Amino acid sequence: MKITAETVQNIANLANLELSAEEIGAMQQDLSAILDYVEQLNQLQIADLPAMEHVLGAAVAAAAGQQPGSNEAAISEVTTRPDEPHPWFSQKEALANAPLSGAGHFKVPRIIDKG
Amino acid sequence: MSTTIAQTSLTAAAEKYEPVIGLEVHVQLNTATKIFCGCSTRFGAPANSQTCPVCLGLPGALPVLNREAVVKAVRASLALNCQINERSVFARKNYFYPDLPKGYQISQYDKPIAEHGWLEVDAKNGGTHKIGITRLHMEEDAGKNMHEGFADSHQFSYVDLNRAGVPLVEIVSEPDMRSPEEAYEYLTRLKEIMLYLGVSDCNMEEGSLRCDANVSVRLRGAEKFGTKAEIKNLNSFRYLQRALEYEIERQIGVLESGGRVVQETRLFNVSEGKTFPMRSKEQAHDYRYFPEPDLAPLIVSSAWRDELAATLPELPRQKRNRLMNEYGLTAYDADVLTVSQELADYFEAAAKGSKNPKAVANWIMGDLTAHMKATNTTLADTKVRPNQIAELAALIDEGAISGKMAKDVFAKMAESGEPPRSLVASMGLQQVSDPAALEKIIDEIMAANPKQLEQYRGGKTPLFAFFVGQVMKATKGQANPALVNDLLKAKLG
Repeated sequence: MKITAETVQNIANLANLELSAEEIGAMQQDLSAILDYVEQLNQLQIADLPAMEHVLGAAVAAAAGQQPGSNEAAISEVTTRPDEPHPWFSQKEALANAPLSGAGHFKVPRIIDKG
Repeated sequence: MSTTIAQTSLTAAAEKYEPVIGLEVHVQLNTATKIFCGCSTRFGAPANSQTCPVCLGLPGALPVLNREAVVKAVRASLALNCQINERSVFARKNYFYPDLPKGYQISQYDKPIAEHGWLEVDAKNGGTHKIGITRLHMEEDAGKNMHEGFADSHQFSYVDLNRAGVPLVEIVSEPDMRSPEEAYEYLTRLKEIMLYLGVSDCNMEEGSLRCDANVSVRLRGAEKFGTKAEIKNLNSFRYLQRALEYEIERQIGVLESGGRVVQETRLFNVSEGKTFPMRSKEQAHDYRYFPEPDLAPLIVSSAWRDELAATLPELPRQKRNRLMNEYGLTAYDADVLTVSQELADYFEAAAKGSKNPKAVANWIMGDLTAHMKATNTTLADTKVRPNQIAELAALIDEGAISGKMAKDVFAKMAESGEPPRSLVASMGLQQVSDPAALEKIIDEIMAANPKQLEQYRGGKTPLFAFFVGQVMKATKGQANPALVNDLLKAKLG
């Protein structure tokens, strides 16, 4: 599958990246190659396998010698936490690495133009 | 063209069209901590003081789901008659904005926690109307941007990330509403349910309840929907209705003048009472959702779901119906009394021990509510206890005091918290209902006013009121008015 320069440019815009003309060309090549590889995967017969959004369920199930998905309820027990507060950063610590801060806030270039 | 003509033709045009409205409501869950980290969700803390590596989006930090947020989302879903998906998946919604430190919002996309629900609202013509609920999904809130109020606000925006990561549920309705009033009613009922469940404080000023609306219009009888506009920034019930009214009128105007409605996102400007299109750069709709690799799929087993279903309280509509059936209340009274659980509980506590629930309802909706408003108090701190309301109503029904005396007793009771029966005694208000005592007084009055008696018997019947007044004066207003009437009629002849 051939990725066009426009597609690369669109993805770059969405990702907030600035690409030169050469970089766009290289990205076209790389992204096309990736899609070609994924295209090969489409040939596999996987209709019977449940969709896997996450490896954790499958990994635990495999370790227990079970079908993927069979142990997920138990996983939700351990992948959630109780609603107990754990204070972490003070305001000063939170802002310590900010390029720009003031009055206890992060400062960014003005987002909305006036009028 | 005069305005009258313009308005008339607009009304005529409005009759031709039917609005179609769907709402997307964000409800902030009132957990103690954020959805994916242990930071406090308390409102009003110093900016950025409730943050950690997870909600600041620092590299390597990993989210862990708050179980209580799941509990509240499931309870909300069940109360909205949704099917709980045993398996739901969190997804990343990618976009750049300074209030979103990670560059993506963790939300749910194609596998939300709940779907296919409905909420019942009162229809205009009486009866009820079911509004479909497409889905309910869990997500994290973004931070808060401030564009005004700082010396360098012309140059910089200020960002507070205390709110970033606060748990939300987004409740998406079907396009089932047909008027701004119905949308208002839907949001009212939705809020009521969330308050009954105790899953959110639904405080619109603090942003715990936020609403976007999808609106279109179509010719009445048409099957196909018109092109819709999405209106954002509807942060009060009043604004929702006003924005919808404006937007419907605008779309009808566009269509009537031969134009086409453009699909776009519009912002409601409160001061102008109008909606305006958002600039295109603010609406990149290509969010490139993909499953959140840092979170395992969420499993809500049927056992857990059933356990949570058992914790649901009686919901407002059920309560309303029950109060009408059990206590013979009108729909209006039941509606007023179920505005909050506290008020409904208060009413029931009073009505249970009363032979006259309707009178109890009237005292609560009338004098008690007025008193609380005047003194800026709530049910929790009012001195009037439910059983005292019942006692007051009983005193009237027994004929011990008149309705007018009861008002005075209520005022004293609200002030002191003393029970009405003892107040009646200490205020010397006991109503005189003893016929023998009243007859004696009437005899005295007749003897003392022979001229009036003669005139009355001669046909000057309005003088009846004079005699009533004399009896009341003699008894300091404590004579039973109905009895006085009867006795006077018999005596005066």
